Amino acid sequence: MEAVEVIKEDQTLDCTGLLCPMPIVKTSKAMKELQAGQVLKLIATDAGSPPDIEAWSRQTGNELLLSTTEGDKFIFFLKKS
Amino acid sequence: MSKSNPNAPKRLALISSKGTLDWAYPPFILASAAGAMGWEVGVFFTFYGLTLLKPELTAAVSPLGNPAMPMKMPFGPEGFQNINWQMPNMLMANVPGFEGLATTLMKQTFQNKGVATIEELRESCLDLDVRLIGCQMTMDVFGFSRKDFIPQAEIGGAATFLEYAADADVQLFI
Repeated sequence: MEAVEVIKEDQTLDCTGLLCPMPIVKTSKAMKELQAGQVLKLIATDAGSPPDIEAWSRQTGNELLLSTTEGDKFIFFLKKS
Repeated sequence: MSKSNPNAPKRLALISSKGTLDWAYPPFILASAAGAMGWEVGVFFTFYGLTLLKPELTAAVSPLGNPAMPMKMPFGPEGFQNINWQMPNMLMANVPGFEGLATTLMKQTFQNKGVATIEELRESCLDLDVRLIGCQMTMDVFGFSRKDFIPQAEIGGAATFLEYAADADVQLFI
Protein backbone atom coordinates (compact mmCIF):
# COMPACT_ATOMS: atom_id res chain seq x y z
CA MET A 1 0.00 0.00 0.00
CA GLU A 2 2.90 2.34 0.73
CA ALA A 3 3.94 2.36 -2.90
CA VAL A 4 0.48 3.54 -3.92
CA GLU A 5 0.82 6.54 -1.67
CA VAL A 6 4.24 7.45 -3.01
CA ILE A 7 3.21 7.60 -6.70
CA LYS A 8 1.34 10.78 -7.51
CA GLU A 9 -0.92 10.73 -10.53
CA ASP A 10 -1.43 13.74 -12.79
CA GLN A 11 -4.61 12.37 -14.33
CA THR A 12 -7.10 9.62 -13.44
CA LEU A 13 -9.01 7.48 -15.91
CA ASP A 14 -11.91 5.37 -14.66
CA CYS A 15 -12.72 2.41 -16.91
CA THR A 16 -14.97 0.69 -14.37
CA GLY A 17 -17.45 -1.61 -16.11
CA LEU A 18 -15.72 -1.51 -19.51
CA LEU A 19 -14.52 -4.65 -21.24
CA CYS A 20 -11.73 -5.24 -23.79
CA PRO A 21 -10.55 -3.32 -25.77
CA MET A 22 -11.97 -0.11 -24.29
CA PRO A 23 -9.57 0.19 -21.29
CA ILE A 24 -6.52 0.31 -23.57
CA VAL A 25 -8.28 2.43 -26.20
CA LYS A 26 -9.20 5.00 -23.55
CA THR A 27 -5.77 4.73 -21.91
CA SER A 28 -4.09 5.44 -25.22
CA LYS A 29 -6.29 8.51 -25.71
CA ALA A 30 -5.71 9.77 -22.15
CA MET A 31 -1.93 9.34 -22.42
CA LYS A 32 -1.85 11.53 -25.52
CA GLU A 33 -3.09 14.41 -23.35
CA LEU A 34 -0.19 14.03 -20.89
CA GLN A 35 3.35 15.43 -21.04
CA ALA A 36 6.39 13.15 -20.89
CA GLY A 37 7.03 12.06 -17.30
CA GLN A 38 3.43 12.61 -16.16
CA VAL A 39 1.53 9.72 -14.58
CA LEU A 40 -1.90 8.34 -15.40
CA LYS A 41 -3.84 6.39 -12.79
CA LEU A 42 -6.10 3.86 -14.47
CA ILE A 43 -8.96 2.14 -12.67
CA ALA A 44 -10.47 -0.93 -14.37
CA THR A 45 -12.69 -3.87 -13.50
CA ASP A 46 -12.02 -5.95 -16.63
CA ALA A 47 -10.31 -9.12 -15.37
CA GLY A 48 -8.28 -9.18 -18.59
CA SER A 49 -6.84 -5.75 -17.97
CA PRO A 50 -3.69 -6.71 -15.97
CA PRO A 51 -2.08 -8.69 -18.83
CA ASP A 52 -3.49 -6.26 -21.41
CA ILE A 53 -2.14 -3.15 -19.70
CA GLU A 54 1.24 -4.87 -19.29
CA ALA A 55 1.27 -5.67 -23.02
CA TRP A 56 0.16 -2.14 -23.88
CA SER A 57 2.98 -0.77 -21.73
CA ARG A 58 5.58 -2.98 -23.42
CA GLN A 59 4.30 -2.14 -26.90
CA THR A 60 4.10 1.62 -26.41
CA GLY A 61 7.13 2.09 -24.14
CA ASN A 62 5.07 3.89 -21.49
CA GLU A 63 6.28 2.49 -18.18
CA LEU A 64 3.89 0.61 -15.90
CA LEU A 65 5.02 1.90 -12.51
CA LEU A 66 2.61 -0.17 -10.47
CA SER A 67 -0.16 -2.70 -11.00
CA THR A 68 -2.27 -3.43 -7.95
CA THR A 69 -5.81 -4.09 -6.75
CA GLU A 70 -8.23 -2.28 -4.48
CA GLY A 71 -11.16 -4.52 -3.64
CA ASP A 72 -12.56 -5.69 -6.96
CA LYS A 73 -10.79 -2.95 -8.93
CA PHE A 74 -7.49 -3.12 -10.77
CA ILE A 75 -5.32 -0.02 -10.39
CA PHE A 76 -2.47 0.89 -12.71
CA PHE A 77 -0.01 3.76 -12.67
CA LEU A 78 1.43 4.48 -16.10
CA LYS A 79 4.20 6.96 -16.79
CA LYS A 80 4.25 8.70 -20.14
CA SER A 81 7.55 8.11 -21.95
CA MET B 1 12.14 -9.02 -41.29
CA SER B 2 10.71 -7.99 -44.62
CA LYS B 3 10.00 -4.45 -43.45
CA SER B 4 11.14 -1.82 -45.88
CA ASN B 5 11.65 0.61 -43.01
CA PRO B 6 13.12 -0.94 -39.85
CA ASN B 7 12.08 2.06 -37.76
CA ALA B 8 8.42 1.85 -38.74
CA PRO B 9 5.92 0.94 -36.02
CA LYS B 10 4.48 -2.56 -35.92
CA ARG B 11 1.75 -3.17 -38.43
CA LEU B 12 -1.48 -5.19 -38.38
CA ALA B 13 -3.25 -6.16 -41.60
CA LEU B 14 -6.73 -7.63 -41.27
CA ILE B 15 -9.25 -8.98 -43.73
CA SER B 16 -12.84 -8.66 -42.53
CA SER B 17 -15.00 -10.96 -44.65
CA LYS B 18 -18.15 -11.47 -42.58
CA GLY B 19 -20.91 -8.95 -41.95
CA THR B 20 -22.87 -10.45 -39.07
CA LEU B 21 -22.85 -8.77 -35.66
CA ASP B 22 -20.83 -11.50 -33.95
CA TRP B 23 -18.20 -11.54 -36.70
CA ALA B 24 -18.06 -7.74 -36.84
CA TYR B 25 -16.50 -7.63 -33.39
CA PRO B 26 -13.11 -9.37 -33.89
CA PRO B 27 -11.75 -7.06 -36.62
CA PHE B 28 -12.85 -3.85 -34.88
CA ILE B 29 -11.61 -5.05 -31.45
CA LEU B 30 -8.21 -6.08 -32.81
CA ALA B 31 -7.87 -2.99 -34.99
CA SER B 32 -8.69 -0.56 -32.18
CA ALA B 33 -6.47 -2.43 -29.71
CA ALA B 34 -3.53 -2.41 -32.12
CA GLY B 35 -4.14 1.26 -32.89
CA ALA B 36 -4.14 1.98 -29.15
CA MET B 37 -0.75 0.26 -28.90
CA GLY B 38 0.67 2.61 -31.49
CA TRP B 39 0.62 0.11 -34.36
CA GLU B 40 -0.27 0.94 -37.93
CA VAL B 41 -3.50 -0.83 -38.80
CA GLY B 42 -5.31 -1.50 -42.04
CA VAL B 43 -8.53 -3.48 -42.38
CA PHE B 44 -9.63 -4.72 -45.78
CA PHE B 45 -13.40 -5.21 -45.92
CA THR B 46 -14.42 -7.74 -48.51
CA PHE B 47 -17.49 -9.79 -49.39
CA TYR B 48 -20.03 -9.61 -46.54
CA GLY B 49 -17.60 -7.63 -44.39
CA LEU B 50 -18.01 -4.69 -46.75
CA THR B 51 -21.37 -3.74 -45.19
CA LEU B 52 -19.47 -2.82 -42.00
CA LEU B 53 -18.37 0.33 -43.82
CA LYS B 54 -21.93 1.62 -44.28
CA PRO B 55 -22.79 4.77 -42.33
CA GLU B 56 -25.68 3.03 -40.56
CA LEU B 57 -24.59 -0.35 -39.27
CA THR B 58 -27.26 -3.00 -39.60
CA ALA B 59 -25.17 -6.02 -38.59
CA ALA B 60 -27.36 -8.76 -37.15
CA VAL B 61 -26.76 -12.16 -35.61
CA SER B 62 -27.40 -15.04 -37.96
CA PRO B 63 -28.19 -18.28 -36.17
CA LEU B 64 -27.55 -20.11 -39.46
CA GLY B 65 -24.28 -21.96 -39.37
CA ASN B 66 -23.74 -21.12 -35.71
CA PRO B 67 -24.80 -24.43 -34.17
CA ALA B 68 -22.76 -23.86 -31.00
CA MET B 69 -24.04 -20.33 -30.41
CA PRO B 70 -25.14 -20.00 -26.78
CA MET B 71 -28.29 -17.95 -26.30
CA LYS B 72 -28.10 -15.81 -23.18
CA MET B 73 -30.93 -13.85 -21.62
CA PRO B 74 -29.87 -10.25 -20.89
CA PHE B 75 -32.31 -9.88 -17.99
CA GLY B 76 -33.39 -11.71 -14.85
CA PRO B 77 -31.36 -13.19 -11.99
CA GLU B 78 -27.74 -14.11 -12.68
CA GLY B 79 -28.43 -17.84 -12.67
CA PHE B 80 -31.13 -17.35 -15.29
CA GLN B 81 -28.84 -15.15 -17.39
CA ASN B 82 -26.10 -17.77 -17.33
CA ILE B 83 -28.27 -20.54 -18.76
CA ASN B 84 -27.23 -21.70 -22.22
CA TRP B 85 -30.47 -21.99 -24.16
CA GLN B 86 -29.73 -24.75 -26.61
CA MET B 87 -31.80 -23.92 -29.63
CA PRO B 88 -32.03 -26.50 -32.38
CA ASN B 89 -30.40 -25.03 -35.46
CA MET B 90 -33.44 -25.85 -37.57
CA LEU B 91 -35.62 -23.80 -35.25
CA MET B 92 -33.22 -20.86 -35.16
CA ALA B 93 -32.81 -20.77 -38.89
CA ASN B 94 -36.46 -21.19 -39.80
CA VAL B 95 -38.61 -19.34 -37.30
CA PRO B 96 -39.48 -15.87 -38.61
CA GLY B 97 -38.20 -13.14 -36.33
CA PHE B 98 -35.61 -15.35 -34.68
CA GLU B 99 -32.73 -13.43 -36.19
CA GLY B 100 -34.13 -10.20 -34.75
CA LEU B 101 -34.57 -11.82 -31.35
CA ALA B 102 -31.05 -13.27 -31.35
CA THR B 103 -29.63 -9.88 -32.40
CA THR B 104 -31.51 -8.02 -29.66
CA LEU B 105 -30.41 -10.54 -27.02
CA MET B 106 -26.77 -10.31 -28.05
CA LYS B 107 -26.75 -6.50 -28.18
CA GLN B 108 -28.43 -6.22 -24.78
CA THR B 109 -26.16 -8.84 -23.19
CA PHE B 110 -23.05 -7.14 -24.59
CA GLN B 111 -24.25 -3.76 -23.32
CA ASN B 112 -24.98 -5.17 -19.85
CA LYS B 113 -21.48 -6.66 -19.69
CA GLY B 114 -19.74 -3.44 -20.75
CA VAL B 115 -18.77 -4.37 -24.32
CA ALA B 116 -18.62 -1.40 -26.67
CA THR B 117 -20.96 -1.31 -29.66
CA ILE B 118 -19.66 -1.87 -33.18
CA GLU B 119 -20.37 1.82 -33.84
CA GLU B 120 -18.19 2.86 -30.87
CA LEU B 121 -15.38 0.51 -31.88
CA ARG B 122 -15.43 1.74 -35.48
CA GLU B 123 -15.33 5.34 -34.20
CA SER B 124 -12.33 4.43 -31.99
CA CYS B 125 -10.60 2.92 -35.02
CA LEU B 126 -11.10 6.14 -36.97
CA ASP B 127 -9.78 8.18 -34.01
CA LEU B 128 -6.69 5.96 -34.02
CA ASP B 129 -6.09 6.46 -37.76
CA VAL B 130 -6.89 2.86 -38.65
CA ARG B 131 -7.17 2.55 -42.43
CA LEU B 132 -10.52 1.08 -43.44
CA ILE B 133 -10.33 -0.19 -47.00
CA GLY B 134 -13.38 -1.33 -48.95
CA CYS B 135 -13.05 -3.95 -51.66
CA GLN B 136 -13.79 -2.53 -55.11
CA MET B 137 -14.64 -5.91 -56.59
CA THR B 138 -17.23 -6.61 -53.89
CA MET B 139 -18.74 -3.17 -54.48
CA ASP B 140 -19.20 -4.01 -58.14
CA VAL B 141 -20.59 -7.49 -57.46
CA PHE B 142 -23.15 -6.36 -54.89
CA GLY B 143 -24.02 -3.12 -56.65
CA PHE B 144 -22.60 -0.68 -54.11
CA SER B 145 -21.06 2.66 -54.96
CA ARG B 146 -18.59 4.86 -53.09
CA LYS B 147 -21.35 7.01 -51.61
CA ASP B 148 -22.84 3.98 -49.82
CA PHE B 149 -19.90 3.98 -47.39
CA ILE B 150 -18.48 6.27 -44.73
CA PRO B 151 -16.32 9.03 -46.23
CA GLN B 152 -13.23 7.91 -44.26
CA ALA B 153 -13.18 4.56 -46.07
CA GLU B 154 -10.61 4.02 -48.80
CA ILE B 155 -11.34 1.84 -51.78
CA GLY B 156 -8.91 -0.70 -53.10
CA GLY B 157 -8.35 -4.18 -54.43
CA ALA B 158 -6.35 -7.30 -53.67
CA ALA B 159 -3.04 -5.70 -54.69
CA THR B 160 -3.68 -2.78 -52.32
CA PHE B 161 -4.15 -5.17 -49.42
CA LEU B 162 -1.27 -7.46 -50.33
CA GLU B 163 1.20 -4.60 -50.62
CA TYR B 164 0.11 -3.36 -47.20
CA ALA B 165 0.14 -6.88 -45.70
CA ALA B 166 3.59 -7.68 -47.09
CA ASP B 167 5.08 -5.16 -44.69
CA ALA B 168 2.85 -6.17 -41.76
CA ASP B 169 3.95 -8.01 -38.63
CA VAL B 170 0.54 -9.61 -38.11
CA GLN B 171 -1.92 -10.61 -40.83
CA LEU B 172 -5.27 -12.20 -40.06
CA PHE B 173 -8.23 -13.30 -42.14
CA ILE B 174 -11.50 -12.97 -40.24
